[in-house]
Amino acid sequence: MKRILLVIVVVALYILHQDFWFWYTPYFRGAIPFGFIPIGLFYQACFSLACALVMWLLVKYAWPTQLEREVEERDPEEDSAH
Amino acid sequence: MIPAIVVFIYLATVLYIGIFAFRKGKGTEKAEDYFLASRSLGPFVFLFSLFGTNMTAFAILGSSGHAFNNGIVTFGLMASSSGLVIPLTIFLIGTRVWALGKKYGFMTPVQMFRDRWECGHIGTLIFIVQAVLLVPYIIIGIMGGGTTLHAISGGLVPYWFGGAIVAMVVMSYVFFGGMRGTAWVNTFQTILFLCFGAVALVVIGVGMGGFRSAAQALQSSPASAWLLTRERISPRYFFSYTFIPLSAIAFPHILIFCLTARKMAQFKKTVIFYPLCIMAIWLPCVFLGVMANRVADVPEIRAKQEARRVLATQGRTMAPEARDDLREKAAGDDVILLLLKRYAPFWLAGLLGAGIMAAVMASDSQILALSTMFTEDVFAFYGGKRRFGEAVQVQTGRIFIVIITLFAYAVALRAPETIFELAIQYAFSGFAALSPLLIAALFWKGSTKWGALAVTVWTALAVIAVAIFQHSFPAPAPGPPTIFWSLGGTEVVSRTPGGTAVFGFMPVVPMVLVSALLMIVISKITPKPKGTTLAKYFPTADVT
Repeated sequence: MKRILLVIVVVALYILHQDFWFWYTPYFRGAIPFGFIPIGLFYQACFSLACALVMWLLVKYAWPTQLEREVEERDPEEDSAH
Repeated sequence: MIPAIVVFIYLATVLYIGIFAFRKGKGTEKAEDYFLASRSLGPFVFLFSLFGTNMTAFAILGSSGHAFNNGIVTFGLMASSSGLVIPLTIFLIGTRVWALGKKYGFMTPVQMFRDRWECGHIGTLIFIVQAVLLVPYIIIGIMGGGTTLHAISGGLVPYWFGGAIVAMVVMSYVFFGGMRGTAWVNTFQTILFLCFGAVALVVIGVGMGGFRSAAQALQSSPASAWLLTRERISPRYFFSYTFIPLSAIAFPHILIFCLTARKMAQFKKTVIFYPLCIMAIWLPCVFLGVMANRVADVPEIRAKQEARRVLATQGRTMAPEARDDLREKAAGDDVILLLLKRYAPFWLAGLLGAGIMAAVMASDSQILALSTMFTEDVFAFYGGKRRFGEAVQVQTGRIFIVIITLFAYAVALRAPETIFELAIQYAFSGFAALSPLLIAALFWKGSTKWGALAVTVWTALAVIAVAIFQHSFPAPAPGPPTIFWSLGGTEVVSRTPGGTAVFGFMPVVPMVLVSALLMIVISKITPKPKGTTLAKYFPTADVT
C-alpha cells in the first residue's frame, strides 16, 4: 500500500510539472510574485523543492534494503566478472 | 588580466588535487583503484562529484544564453524536469547497478549487459554507440575552455592556447589521479559553481539597481513581455523535454560514477539533494539570462537583441545561410560573461570566471569513462588483460586518455563549435533512447540480447536520420514550423526553428517509445538467457 501511494505521488508530481495553468501570464493574483519572479518561474522553483521532498519520502519509505542485504551476504570476490 | 590570473590559480589548484590523488593511490596498479577509486567514495564526495559530472558548460553558459533568447521557460524545460527524473533514475537504477557492480565486479555498463544477456559482440556494438555519442562532449569541453579563457583574459589568451591549457590540465589530473582525482576535482568544482549562482545573482542584482524595476520594464514592453511567460512554447514541446533527463542515467560516465560509492547509503543524500543542487545553479542563471534583456548599456547585448529582432521580422524572406548567421549573432551563451564584465569588480569577476571554468571543464569524467570502457569492454574483453596483466591494462587506460585528449584538441581547433553543439543535442536523445536497455536489464527478466540489439541499432539509426534531416533542411525563421509530411491534416514530421518535431513532439519522444516497444516485442519472440544467469539478477523471482 505504501509503495502504491508513493507511485501515485511520483506520477502526480510528473503531471504537476506540466503547469499549463500558468502558461500565458507572469502574474499570480494580479501581481508578479515578490515583484520580480514571474509565476511560471516561481512555480517551477517550488516544484524543485517538492521533488526534493518526494525524494526524501522515497528514501525513507521505499529504500531497497534487500539490495544492501544481498551485497553484505555475498563474498565480493566470488563469481567476479573479472 | 586579473580575472585571467585568478583562473590560472584555479587551474593550478585542480592540477594539484589530481596529483595529490595520484600520490594517495600510488603503489596500486589495480584497475578497480584507478578507474573506480576502489569503490570507496564517501557521501559528500559522491554527491558533489556525481552532480558535477552531470553539469557541463551548459549549466551556466548555455542556461543563461537559452533564457536570454527564450525566457523563463528554460528552467521548466531543462532544470525542474531534471530535478524529478534524474534523482528518480539514480534511486531506481543507480542503486541496483551499484549493488550488481559490488556483487559481480562490473566496472562498465557494457560488462553488465554482456553478463545479463549472455552476449559478446552485441556488447561491443553498445560500446561503439555509447563512445560515438560521448566524444562530442569532450570536444565541446575543450572548445568551451578555450573560448572562456579567451573571453576572461580580454583576448590576451588566444583560443588555441586557452584550449591547449584546459586540455593539458584535464588530461593531467585524469591521467595521474584516475577516478579518485576526477571525483575530488569534481567536488571542488561543484562547490565553486554552486557558490557562483548566488554570488552572481547578488552582484549583478545590485549592479542593475534591483530586479523589480527590470522585471516591470520587461513586462511593460510588448517586445519583451513574452520572456516572462511560456506563450511561445507549445505544451507538447515542453512535455517532450521531460524525456531528455532519461539520458543522464544512460550516460556511461554517470553509471560508472554510480559504481564508486562505498556503501549504498551514499545514494540517499544524492537522491534527496539533487533537485536542490540543480535549482541552486539553474535558477540564478536562468533569471539573470532573462534580466539581461533589460541591460541597455552593454553594446554586445544590444547587438544580440537586434539580431534576434531582425531574425523574427525578416527571417522568413532570408537565405538559410543569412538566417544561420543571425542565429549565431543572437546566441546568448556569453551573456553571463558580459554581465559579469559590466557589473562585477575585477577580483570577483576572476573568482566567478573560475566558477564558469569549473562548469566548462566537466569533460574530465567523460574522458575517464571512455578510457574505462575501452580498457574493460575492448582491451580486457578481447584478452588483453589476460595476456598482459592488470598493470598494463591501467597503463593502456592512461595512454588512451592522452590519445583521446589530443584527438579532441585537434578537432576543437579545426571544426566549428556549432557542429558539436548539435551533436550534443543528438547525444541527449540518443542516450535517452538507450535507457530502455537499463530498465529491461534490471527489471524485466524476459528481456533478451536480441531486444538489446534492436534498441541499439534503432537508436543509432534514429540519431543518424534526425541529423541528416536537420542537415538537409535548414531551420526556418522563428514562427510556425515547415511541415514536411502530414497525414489527414495532422502534422507528422516538421522542421521547427529549434530542431525537428514528430506529431508536435521532439524526436526524443518517439525514439524512447519505439526503443521500449522494440525491446518488448523482440524479447517476446527470442530465447531468454539461462536460468542461472537470471537468478543472479532476480534472486527472489521464479526464473525457471
